[in-house]
Amino acid sequence: MTTFSANQVLDCKGLACPMPIVRTKKAMDGLKPGEVIEMQATDKGSLADIQGWAKNTGHYYLGTLHEGAVLRHFVRKASAEEEKEDATYGRSINNEELIAKLDAKDAIVVLDVREPAEYGFGHILGAVSIPLGELDNKHGELSKESEIYVVCRTGKRSNYACLHLNEKGFNVTNVVPGMSEWNGPKEEK
Amino acid sequence: MTTTTKANAITAREVTRAIIESKPLFILDVRNTSDYDDWKIEGGIVGSLNVPYFDLIDGVEEVLPKLPKDRDILVVCAKEGSSIFVAEQLGEAGIEGVRYLQGGMKAWSEYLEPVKVGDLKDGGELYQFVRMGKGCLSYMVVSEGEAAVVDTLRMTDVFEKFAKSKGAVIKHTLDTHLHADHISGGRKLAEQSGGTYWLPPKDADEVVFEYHPLDEQSRITVGRTELSIRPVYSPGHTIGSTSIVIDNQYLLSGDILFVESIGRPDLAGNAGSWADDLRKTLYSTYKELSGDLLVLPAHFGKTSELGEGGRVAARLGDLYESNPGLNIASDEEFRKTVTTNLPSQPNAYQEIRQTNMGRIVPNDDEQRDMEIGPNRCAVHDK
Repeated sequence: MTTFSANQVLDCKGLACPMPIVRTKKAMDGLKPGEVIEMQATDKGSLADIQGWAKNTGHYYLGTLHEGAVLRHFVRKASAEEEKEDATYGRSINNEELIAKLDAKDAIVVLDVREPAEYGFGHILGAVSIPLGELDNKHGELSKESEIYVVCRTGKRSNYACLHLNEKGFNVTNVVPGMSEWNGPKEEK
Repeated sequence: MTTTTKANAITAREVTRAIIESKPLFILDVRNTSDYDDWKIEGGIVGSLNVPYFDLIDGVEEVLPKLPKDRDILVVCAKEGSSIFVAEQLGEAGIEGVRYLQGGMKAWSEYLEPVKVGDLKDGGELYQFVRMGKGCLSYMVVSEGEAAVVDTLRMTDVFEKFAKSKGAVIKHTLDTHLHADHISGGRKLAEQSGGTYWLPPKDADEVVFEYHPLDEQSRITVGRTELSIRPVYSPGHTIGSTSIVIDNQYLLSGDILFVESIGRPDLAGNAGSWADDLRKTLYSTYKELSGDLLVLPAHFGKTSELGEGGRVAARLGDLYESNPGLNIASDEEFRKTVTTNLPSQPNAYQEIRQTNMGRIVPNDDEQRDMEIGPNRCAVHDK
């Protein structure tokens, strides 16, 4: 049993097309940008439809877990903030440079600040998960002695996390672009 | 969702009749674009447009200017739920006469239209069953209270009801070959009606059930004993492919020869090794038969192959003039035509073959899903 957390779980089990997508759309309107919805359905057609809908609306389809007859779809709401230009954190490396460090077995920490469901569907081998929204409460789990490389999907949330953690005195570097183009070692669902 | 406008349904039968009668129809298909690209309702003067239903949840305004004003609009989806949802919204937006396809593409895939082919010399009749949604054709010989069905489709109840309406008992079911594009109903129909199931033994190496071997020695009679059903060994599409001559009038050619194309030799094994068999069947075995035989294939690829009343048939002699697959001069070019640049294979064709051998037993829903899509049994299908 996989325990991915989502901001909202929507039960569409037993509903026939088009209701699972219609309800997801409505629920999505109530979510904040960047939040994740888990939609549970038994209609097999929902697998292709949720992907098509997410693609056409700009939301980010994370993946689907198959548990018996139930399909658990995870979608992250498109985030307007991600499009907005924040101050850019000074220190960054690209994916290839991080792969080289991992290959060299350098003593580094990879911090993944995406949502738990995004992390769950695939992350860098050994990466620590603290979603951006929980960083304030959980940064105590990190050590100020560590060399920390922060990663998200496109480098924007991690940029924000770096600015934040740097202020608190952590040794952080942003990874650009991050998981959207990651082809290094990975743990996948 | 508060909808007051009710959309009316149209059945797969009515759509089939509209295509046969060349009535204008415009289809708004609200399935996923990939499903639409793979398989859709087509016909002479059927226009269509694909907009997935999930792009229309907030409203149908964007699609309104794209709908023709001069013909009936039919909304289609996989089952019917989304098409009702969209059809009702179109009604609310003031479009009149919008209907949805009852049962969606599933119903479309399963509907069979019976068409009379002709009479038999000593009494009796031959019928063709046109599966418009998938391009499959089945046949029923009826004579003096008895019936035989050739290339039975999965929807066995249709054949049972039809035989009953003719006052006939189904005595035999025959498959011209082990099918790869659809699930055969031959064995099930024979079991249900107490008849005999015939299958060419060379296609039956791996089957796990009892069957009667269909070969050139088989003598099958229906009703009057004078009526002859004569198998002709005609390999090429499969190694066992067997054609059936009925009443010295009709040639049921299975998947060897179609009206506008010829069979492909690659679905059951190695295309290369069967290409020569196919050449021999089409260019010598069939050549020795009477040119007056009416060719009745197991499939069609395009609705242009539908003739009068929806019947798919052509004189063998005429096909030697018009069918490109029968007019290839050299062996080498023939081999190239039937082994290269073939269309993609039918959906789930390996699983369908396994099912027809009795090696796997999918449930009804799974069988339905396996058969989704066009048949693609001819070399010229795209």
